[in-house]
Amino acid sequence: MDFAFTDEQNMIAETAQGFFAENATSERTRKAMAANGIDRALYRSFCEELALGGVLVPEELGGVGLGHVEMAIVAEAAGCNVAALPLLNLNICTAMIAAGGSDAQKIELLPALLSGEKLYAAAGNDTIAFDGNTLNGTFDFVTHGGCANVFILAHPQQAWIVEAGAPGVTVTAHTSMDQTRPLATVRLENVTGEPLADAKSAIAASQSAAWITLAAEALGGAQACLDRTVAYANERVQFGRSIGSFQAYKHRLADMMIEIEQARSAVYWAACATDEQSDDPQLALHAAKAFCADTFFKCASDMIQLHGGIGFTWEHDAHIFFKRARSIQTLLHDGNFHREQIATQILGKAA
Amino acid sequence: MKLAFTQAEEDFRAEAADWLNAQISGEFADIKGITTLTEKAERRKEWEQHLGAHGWSCIGWPKEWGGRDATLAEQVIFAEEYARARAPGRVNHIGVELAGPTLLTFGTQEQKQHFLPGIAEGKTIFCQGYSEPNAGSDLSAVRTKARLEGGEWVVDGQKIWTSLAHISDWIFVVARSEEGSKGPKGLTFLMMEIDQPGIDIRPIEQINGDAEFNETFFDAARCPEDSLIGAVGDGWRVAMGLLSFERGVSTLGQQMAFRNELDAIIDAAKANGAATDPLIRQRIAKAEIGLRLMRYGALRMLSNTDHSKVDGAALTYKIQWASWRRSIGELAMDVLGQGGEITDSENYEWDALPNLFLYSRADTIYGGTNQIQRNLIAERGLGMPREPRGNK
Repeated sequence: MDFAFTDEQNMIAETAQGFFAENATSERTRKAMAANGIDRALYRSFCEELALGGVLVPEELGGVGLGHVEMAIVAEAAGCNVAALPLLNLNICTAMIAAGGSDAQKIELLPALLSGEKLYAAAGNDTIAFDGNTLNGTFDFVTHGGCANVFILAHPQQAWIVEAGAPGVTVTAHTSMDQTRPLATVRLENVTGEPLADAKSAIAASQSAAWITLAAEALGGAQACLDRTVAYANERVQFGRSIGSFQAYKHRLADMMIEIEQARSAVYWAACATDEQSDDPQLALHAAKAFCADTFFKCASDMIQLHGGIGFTWEHDAHIFFKRARSIQTLLHDGNFHREQIATQILGKAA
Repeated sequence: MKLAFTQAEEDFRAEAADWLNAQISGEFADIKGITTLTEKAERRKEWEQHLGAHGWSCIGWPKEWGGRDATLAEQVIFAEEYARARAPGRVNHIGVELAGPTLLTFGTQEQKQHFLPGIAEGKTIFCQGYSEPNAGSDLSAVRTKARLEGGEWVVDGQKIWTSLAHISDWIFVVARSEEGSKGPKGLTFLMMEIDQPGIDIRPIEQINGDAEFNETFFDAARCPEDSLIGAVGDGWRVAMGLLSFERGVSTLGQQMAFRNELDAIIDAAKANGAATDPLIRQRIAKAEIGLRLMRYGALRMLSNTDHSKVDGAALTYKIQWASWRRSIGELAMDVLGQGGEITDSENYEWDALPNLFLYSRADTIYGGTNQIQRNLIAERGLGMPREPRGNK
């Protein structure tokens, strides 16, 4: 047992943090927000220069061949800066193809995904109609769906690769509250999908990749909210003293830190448990997703409140964190859902 | 980053669990699962001695003083297995976890020889004399006085919240030895024998009807001149060093006790149908998450070897567990419904869960209130300005 980063993990964390701090600036994020939510230049350098896109993908398939801990480290660093990247889709789709693709699919699909050349988006729908590989139905709230080149669309029993430009596919992009991860509706009318070889493995891999990515992004975002508010507390003076000297203020900062420390435990417990397949990985995933999303929302809300009027302006970054936090709360099931899964594990099914 | 224990550690776990389970289901079955610290005190002193005789009392201490030189991981494992076996709370936890480490760090060779064997054998029970009626959160405002007279320290004053003083043999006292000194200066750390005419112990009846805490009065109480730990006037440093021993491996054992408490709530909810209420299900899931996160927070804390940086997990741990436990006390009452409001006892004694509800109100007060914890977190963890001090 050694529940601390190794030297290599510390190095990855420093590299990723440095990269996002330097490149994922507020200015660039805002430019992406005004467009389709993706900073393509940032994404290219993330994939090509940093080469951390395929953390989970084995080296022989062009990835880094590391685990969920390293994936979480990168997502946490991206979350700190609300980097306008399709990181969630990247992690989900690489995990799905690596775990559930045939050898041919891996060789064919992974290079363009890992290089950032093609944008993938994943979505699930339990009620989609399919006859063989002919699909009919609608996938709602597909993240970054408006600019994806390829979709991986899943039903509990099957998952298909569908080109965005294939006949019968209609994509409607929505103006979305969180402009760093805008949502789209994907309608399918007699669309032919290419099935993934092992959908069950793909879906299982997608869940751990997705929930850990979101939890880690939320952790990074929450920490950034705290750090930025602490800086403001030191600089802003009212009644002749820095506002951070008021107990009403500093106790709220303390409460943020208390939640964040737990969120950190949650993310790395879930990541480690997934990698080691010990310590209740399924429970850990639900706990991490629910807890970290709530922590981020609390910290982003407090960031606005503790900044006063400036925190309510478009000019200040607080709203970018706040909206990201809110979207993470509902994305891929809300906290009540995840807690109910834990309750079911402990108490049995609800009546 | 790795969660798995090594095979050697798992073997150690099995050895500890086997031994503990054999004792707690055999000779000491009558004290299995006791949740208060006061019940069956004499039997529990025998249990302390039994642990000592078999080398399981203070495994983290050096071998030469009766310990096992156990690694951190082994101490974690033992603490977990101890609670899993439902062995009773340690009546000498102050001796083993506070007095012993303080002596090992600050004591002279003679003092070690004098005290450590007795603590390790479970024959010398210690309690802690810090808080006073006017020195609670503001611990350095101690007024109890100590003066040297005829080769002895003579102590006058009052301590309060001295847990288990009524069954203890020794008390360590922080007293003001320099006339007119203020705050952390001029304090001296003394070891005093309790059984003497100058010390009077009066139990404090608590909201749960139990009396674990006491008022301890010193009226010309005495101890030999060499009873001090560290130097004259250096008591604050010793006392603060001691507080840093408080958070450590014992927290993992404490968590297993919390596990038992949450399991009791879960069992009660299943038995009376509360487990089907969606709101109760959410709260039980939240409690489960909180408990797990305490475990992984503690493992992070124990794995952290970089002491140059503030350890956020350690700094936030007290308020985290205290608030969690208080909230599951409330959850327990909501699960029990009105059944939790009555007891068969004619002496206002309560079953484990209603008692948890009442007792846990103390958790967010003792050892630094939640409000003091928030000050510490904001000041030490986040660099916020310190609270202004009033004139003393």
